[in-house]
Amino acid sequence: MTDKLITANHLGDGLVVFLTAEGGWSYKLADARVISDAELEPALALAKAQHEAGIVVDPYEIEATVVEGIPVPVRLRERIRAAGGPTVTYGEAEIAERAATLKHAG
Amino acid sequence: MYRYDEFDHEFVTARVAQFRDQVGRRVSGELTEDQFKPLRLMNGVYLQLHAYMLRVAVPYGTLNSEQMRMLAHVARKYDRGYGHFTTRQNIQYNWPKLSEIPDALAELASVEMHAIQTSGNCIRNVTADHFAGAAEDEVADPRPYAEILRQWSSLHPEFVFLPRKFKVAVTGAERDRAAIQVHDIGLHLKKDAEGRLGFAVYIGGGQGRTPMVAKKIRDFLPEEDLLSYSEAILRVYNLNGRRDNKYKARIKILVHETGADEIARQVEEEWERIRHGALKLPQGEVERIREYFAAPDTLTALPPSPVLAIERARDPEFDAWVERNTHPHRIPGHVSVTISLKPIGGTPGDATADQMDVVADLAKRLAFDEIRVSHEQNLILPHVAKRDLKAIYDELVVAGLATANAGLVTDIIACPGLDYCALANARSIPVAQRISQRFGDMARQRDIGDLKIKISGCINACGHHHVGHIGILGVEKKGEEFYQISLGGSGDEHSSIGEIIGRGFSTEEIVDAIETVVDTYIAKRESHDETFLAAYRRLGQAPFKEALYGQA
Repeated sequence: MTDKLITANHLGDGLVVFLTAEGGWSYKLADARVISDAELEPALALAKAQHEAGIVVDPYEIEATVVEGIPVPVRLRERIRAAGGPTVTYGEAEIAERAATLKHAG
Repeated sequence: MYRYDEFDHEFVTARVAQFRDQVGRRVSGELTEDQFKPLRLMNGVYLQLHAYMLRVAVPYGTLNSEQMRMLAHVARKYDRGYGHFTTRQNIQYNWPKLSEIPDALAELASVEMHAIQTSGNCIRNVTADHFAGAAEDEVADPRPYAEILRQWSSLHPEFVFLPRKFKVAVTGAERDRAAIQVHDIGLHLKKDAEGRLGFAVYIGGGQGRTPMVAKKIRDFLPEEDLLSYSEAILRVYNLNGRRDNKYKARIKILVHETGADEIARQVEEEWERIRHGALKLPQGEVERIREYFAAPDTLTALPPSPVLAIERARDPEFDAWVERNTHPHRIPGHVSVTISLKPIGGTPGDATADQMDVVADLAKRLAFDEIRVSHEQNLILPHVAKRDLKAIYDELVVAGLATANAGLVTDIIACPGLDYCALANARSIPVAQRISQRFGDMARQRDIGDLKIKISGCINACGHHHVGHIGILGVEKKGEEFYQISLGGSGDEHSSIGEIIGRGFSTEEIVDAIETVVDTYIAKRESHDETFLAAYRRLGQAPFKEALYGQA
């Protein structure tokens, strides 16, 4: 038996969200409701209804393991999604990071 | 540069209004996602791994400073202060909010930009040589023809629902810098024995999961027949291309399964029926559109100046940059400049809003107000007087845009990969960054010489790995990222698809493996002048295989 989470993208801003215990959606992985196999079907039905209602887009379940009380997705793809952004720095932060590295090296 | 006519204005403005209404109806719940998805895709809006993504068209990669400033403005106001220039000469924003996209599109429309034909199963934005209109080796500027194809293809009622997307590329030089042989239609603009302009026509090239080098179906198509012949090709494809299987729906599969000779026969047959009809290009119209692309009047020959030589002698880093990042121009005293978006250890193709403003400002002041996006994910100032090179270089240095690596091992093409893309199986950017750092030493890069590394994070091959001299394909194996190396690919006038060298490498192993390949080349090359690709074509896989995997 594995634990599951339900994830989707928020309709308005497109950002990654997780179904919470209260039946709402959160941007934070820590807020995600951990769902057993037995509970999955009704939880998915709820998520689908929220898709139909235009709150989220394309909900689906992912596998997760709970580490120190926080669910961690099993697949790398889902871990990257759950982090809310790429594994590399971007934009001005990337430029600043590179400048700092060069300074350090120099 | 091409300016909108009244029709273009109305068309783009009407499209923004339509999309604003569609977004409003989607947010209010009137439209379901299934209904909305094809509509947003017709306007360049994808839903990616983390957020919506907006792909803005840069037709044939040509921009002016005002447009570049607008791209910077959109990055700041509607995104997170940066954008990603793509292998199709477009720009992608990674974080726009759905409800704000119509406003972004309206602002883009104010400088004649849009997101039409950047997505969906239509004829996509036509791409062209990034040195078009400037290159010394060019027969004629290919962009007027790209624009003629755009006018013909935008909302062409017959080709709105093709079996699959359809990409056209045009080059005006023997040296193919637009990778035309890996496009659905590749057009090589040239002159016949009488000096008339026309095209060698290639069809059925492409990358993705079934890479194919295009077949030449006509050696010389007169200029005036460009549209009727293109229409004939599209008709044969639209009628016979497979719609039962997405993965077999591109024209390359049709050409492969039917045979190039038979497809050519069908195209010629259809063309015979329509070639004398409404699509024949009137010479006056070609001239009119060519006028839009004419070089500025002030771009005139300059006498040789000793200043550049002195500046180069004084500053070895500037000298190296001029050596690598400038390209011969048809007007004496000028060059085209490649502004590298591949800083050592950086994200290939990314530019911040501030960097875009710097490029816009330089173009306006010192480069005849013209900018290009290259399919190699760099920016180009096509017209630069040699005497202005040092001033441009100095400002690029400050902006972090002066890496002297055009065409070198760190000038890597990489798709967004699993860091951004919903389709990807593995990350591309971190691999590109680590390879770039490993080969970061400029002297070493120059010693290695011309070498194109191209990385894709999935089989769709947006990172062009099939035509990389060294191609890297990311795959997922038992939940881990793995990277498959192919060697000997090329997207130039002697195009070839790279050959997979053997089993893949883990994230930890891949950079060492690439270094092994490069070191093997260095050890085996006949001279410094023998490029990696030439050496590979001479040697074959064996020495590289042995170096990577040991004796069989």
